[in-house]
Amino acid sequence: MTEKIITKKEVEYVAKLAKLEFNEEEKEEFTSQLNSILDYFKKLNELDTEKVEPTAYVISMPTLLNNDEVKPSLLQKEVLHNSKYIKKDYFKVPKIM
Amino acid sequence: MKEEVVIGLEIHIQLMTKAKMFCQCSTDYIGKKPNTNTCPVCLGLPGSLPVLNKKVLEFAIRTSVALNCKINQVSRFHRKNYFYPDLPKAYQISQYDTPLGINGYMEISLSESKEKRKIGITRVHIEEDAGKLVHEGDIASSSYSLVDYNRCGIPLAEIVTEPDLCSPEEAQIFLVKLRSIVQHLEVCDGNMEEGSIRCDANVSLKDAKTGNLGTKVEIKNMNSFKAVKKALQFEIDRQKRLLAEGKKIIQETRHWNESKNITISMRSKEEAHDYRYFPEPDLLPLKIDLKITDEIRKSLPELPEARRKRFIKDYKIPEYDAEILTSSKVLGDYYEKAASSYSNKKVLSNWIMGELIRYLNEEKIEIEDSPVSPEKLVGMLKLMDEGLISGKMAKDVFEKMFKTGKDASQIVKESGIVQITDEDKLFEVVDKVIKENPGSVNDFNKGREKALNYLVGQVMRYTKGRAKPDFVFKAIKQRIKE
Amino acid sequence: MALNQLTAHEIVSLIKKKKVTAYEVMQDIFSQIDKVDNLTKAFLFVNREEALRQAKEIDTKVKNGEELPALAGVAVAIKDIIATKGIETTCGSKILKGFIPPYNATVINRLKESGAIIIGKTNMDEFAMGSSTENSAFGPTHNPWDLERVPGGSSGGSTAAVAADEAFIALGTDTGGSIRQPASLCGMVGLKPTYGRVSRYGLVAYASSLDQIGPITKNVTDCALVMKVISGHDNMDSTSVNLEVPDYLKSCQKGIGDLKIGVPKEYFIKGIDSEVKSALDRALKIFAKLGASIEEVSLPHTEYSLPAYYLIATAEASSNLARYDGVQYGYRTEEYEDLASMYQKTRSEGFGSEVKRRIMLGTYALSSGYYDAYYLKAQKVRTLIKEDFDKAFSKYDILITPTSPTPAFKLNEKVSDPLTMYLSDIYTIPINLAGIPAISLNCGYSANNLPIGLQIIGKHFSEETILRAAFNFEENNDLEKKRPSIKPAKHMEAAK
Repeated sequence: MTEKIITKKEVEYVAKLAKLEFNEEEKEEFTSQLNSILDYFKKLNELDTEKVEPTAYVISMPTLLNNDEVKPSLLQKEVLHNSKYIKKDYFKVPKIM
Repeated sequence: MKEEVVIGLEIHIQLMTKAKMFCQCSTDYIGKKPNTNTCPVCLGLPGSLPVLNKKVLEFAIRTSVALNCKINQVSRFHRKNYFYPDLPKAYQISQYDTPLGINGYMEISLSESKEKRKIGITRVHIEEDAGKLVHEGDIASSSYSLVDYNRCGIPLAEIVTEPDLCSPEEAQIFLVKLRSIVQHLEVCDGNMEEGSIRCDANVSLKDAKTGNLGTKVEIKNMNSFKAVKKALQFEIDRQKRLLAEGKKIIQETRHWNESKNITISMRSKEEAHDYRYFPEPDLLPLKIDLKITDEIRKSLPELPEARRKRFIKDYKIPEYDAEILTSSKVLGDYYEKAASSYSNKKVLSNWIMGELIRYLNEEKIEIEDSPVSPEKLVGMLKLMDEGLISGKMAKDVFEKMFKTGKDASQIVKESGIVQITDEDKLFEVVDKVIKENPGSVNDFNKGREKALNYLVGQVMRYTKGRAKPDFVFKAIKQRIKE
Repeated sequence: MALNQLTAHEIVSLIKKKKVTAYEVMQDIFSQIDKVDNLTKAFLFVNREEALRQAKEIDTKVKNGEELPALAGVAVAIKDIIATKGIETTCGSKILKGFIPPYNATVINRLKESGAIIIGKTNMDEFAMGSSTENSAFGPTHNPWDLERVPGGSSGGSTAAVAADEAFIALGTDTGGSIRQPASLCGMVGLKPTYGRVSRYGLVAYASSLDQIGPITKNVTDCALVMKVISGHDNMDSTSVNLEVPDYLKSCQKGIGDLKIGVPKEYFIKGIDSEVKSALDRALKIFAKLGASIEEVSLPHTEYSLPAYYLIATAEASSNLARYDGVQYGYRTEEYEDLASMYQKTRSEGFGSEVKRRIMLGTYALSSGYYDAYYLKAQKVRTLIKEDFDKAFSKYDILITPTSPTPAFKLNEKVSDPLTMYLSDIYTIPINLAGIPAISLNCGYSANNLPIGLQIIGKHFSEETILRAAFNFEENNDLEKKRPSIKPAKHMEAAK
């Protein structure tokens, strides 16, 4: 029996961070799935990586920089085109709280 | 407990590049129709990628160098992840553990004591701005908000100070000087109303005896330097009151309410944010070699400190004048423009610090939009020097110049208020007044100086103020003697 | 042979020689789509009128004696994760249904400039997360070799389209094997370029440090042709490398007697299907016959690539997929009281379960307190895996492995043996972690006529070498080339 690495409460916290919601059944399922996966990830601890540099970028080259030049923007209708929740020139979203 | 005030500031400045930070949309978004200044990149459309505008890097290095920071030779971008409608990618590209500049400082001089203090700059880093939310109705009753992405991707530099400021006055002095510096560097226009400069503050009370730090409270939503001073003062008083009552100060974020002049707790809306910072995979680390930093350091535009010293030395005006004239770049530019064609630098300074600034403030006009240009001001001063108008008349002429935009000679011509310098004409009036006021003449002869003033006043009344005052004084005295 | 059964190279040649018109070719492609796509379900969207119009334009150019570009008249299918201006781009997800990008990905512009004609968008695992195309919100794609089996994933639609002659070439994407594995399962050629070789601008991001766009083609020649067109630096992608693009087609054709081949022993453990093993052995003999030397090599950190990959990919994905919130485009839930509930319901209803699982895992790995233990640790292990390859490539020019431990498995039937499941990831994932290029091409068939793929791996920016090795093998692989039946397996009918 693998010891629990992540609790249901933590699953709920992570879901909140990720803006996802689950019913009770799904939460249970997720908790056990995530626990198996994280248990498997423990494998990484077999490796001593104290003196190893992390690879954040597989390529190394001078930074690409663009010139300070203005190019045309999208037309407003192109921008608003993909939503039906529009009011005049704006995207409409529900109130914050 | 005797408390010491501990204040730290977090300032965001919009960098005045032509194009946005990671795309080539224009940064000139103010007043534009909503959602007309965007592209796939700043909208965060699926598949879009950022490419850094090199001018943003240059401006940020310039700022860091001017603030005496050490420039990190490797500086990385990080993603700051959170959900909000004005943040289209649901993350902001910012910097975390390797900001562009660190460990800098700025000197401020306290107004009363003239003491100089070094305020530490913890870091200077770059990040992109978010869009704008418009709330329909008031924030309590509105059922929806409207999103405008025009401002997304505008380049920002974030400047964080050490908690070295000891009073709201110091904070205001710091901000005024910082604004002046970034204006002189030509990296930011410093316009707080338009949001080019934004400021948040952290304030706590330290126990003066033990040195124990108090609880930090963050203050947001201050929209002017004056508001910063007021908000800080309110908050300090609030914290002192709580401590005196034996209550605890809660670590929280509070909003400054300008209409009610109080700070309000945002605790109920607050959620400890877990930003899950990780290195931005779409942008490679910036490698800034020392040569570039040196070049930028060498080619820095003149900073307000240096300009102030130069004004004192070259124009021989007092420190007080120089301080005010260099408090903003555009004001200093105005002065120098005028000074290039007018020899009496102190008179010029007086007029600018006096009448010009007064009218600009009254009419709420920026100096760049002043109806009285440096050339026009000089024109008026020259008329004064030539004796065509007196000092008092000049004030009226200036007001008319400001209100109509016309130049001095035009106004003088139109209103016919040229100073009378024709001596014969003046003597005519003097003689008339002396004849009409024998009593005053007698009083003067008896030694009452005030009587002379009365007589001069009468001459001025007849000439509708156009007589040259010192001439009138002399003329009356002369006539009376005769 | 029908026109649609030819290769891109052959078609361009015929059009240039005026033996056929681009219009007839395009008509033949659409007649094949009409015939088989209801069986393969490779396409999500077909752009018929526009494609025929563009074909006519090519014919006008031919008539006017204008010079034709490299892929003139070639019908190309695009994985629905690549932005196409004015054409719906769903990423196989409900949350992007109806989303029409106002811009083209760079690779799309390059294809258009080369004369290729985009005929439609293909099915895929949702947001590229999966290896069977069963995770699509719009139903699975079926393997043309046996309609009851998966085509592989996540670029299953693109691969099935090319295998079923519904397109000459296709673009897929590969983050953990999503071009190579379906290519292997469908008997096609699929190449994942070196990270940074092909622009990612317009590629809807899954894992930013691992994703690459690559070609899926009927043979190596076509692969080289497409690589030449789509590769190269892009000012819109800060991770695209500024290196000259060689003439891949030309370099293909040199011999391989100089090649030193390494065969990683960690890839040949228990769990590999016996038919796959024997196909590989046979293939290696061919390489030996062509003069290459073959030796065993070790990539000792291979087994750690799985957890490292899943941590890095899901972490980056959790951030990349946070923008799908119903505010600006795509799906928005119908009922909500406030912003928070709108976000939660939209994302929970719009995403499939595999996507949600990976977002949860990635969010957890990045959350405060766990960053060092998971994400940072995985990045360090990534370094070790990269170093394994660097060491191997100091001695060998290429590495050869199977692409998949088994031929295509059945729909709805996840492979039961956990070791086999493990191997199916291990064969492809380490390559993405190291950022190196790899190509998969057919090397044989199972007893029930299912393709078996061979993977050739090279060091950074050695596409020329792996294409050369692949080309030479293809030329000398004296195995009868089969065609997919585009029918369900016969035994299904017998069982009835």
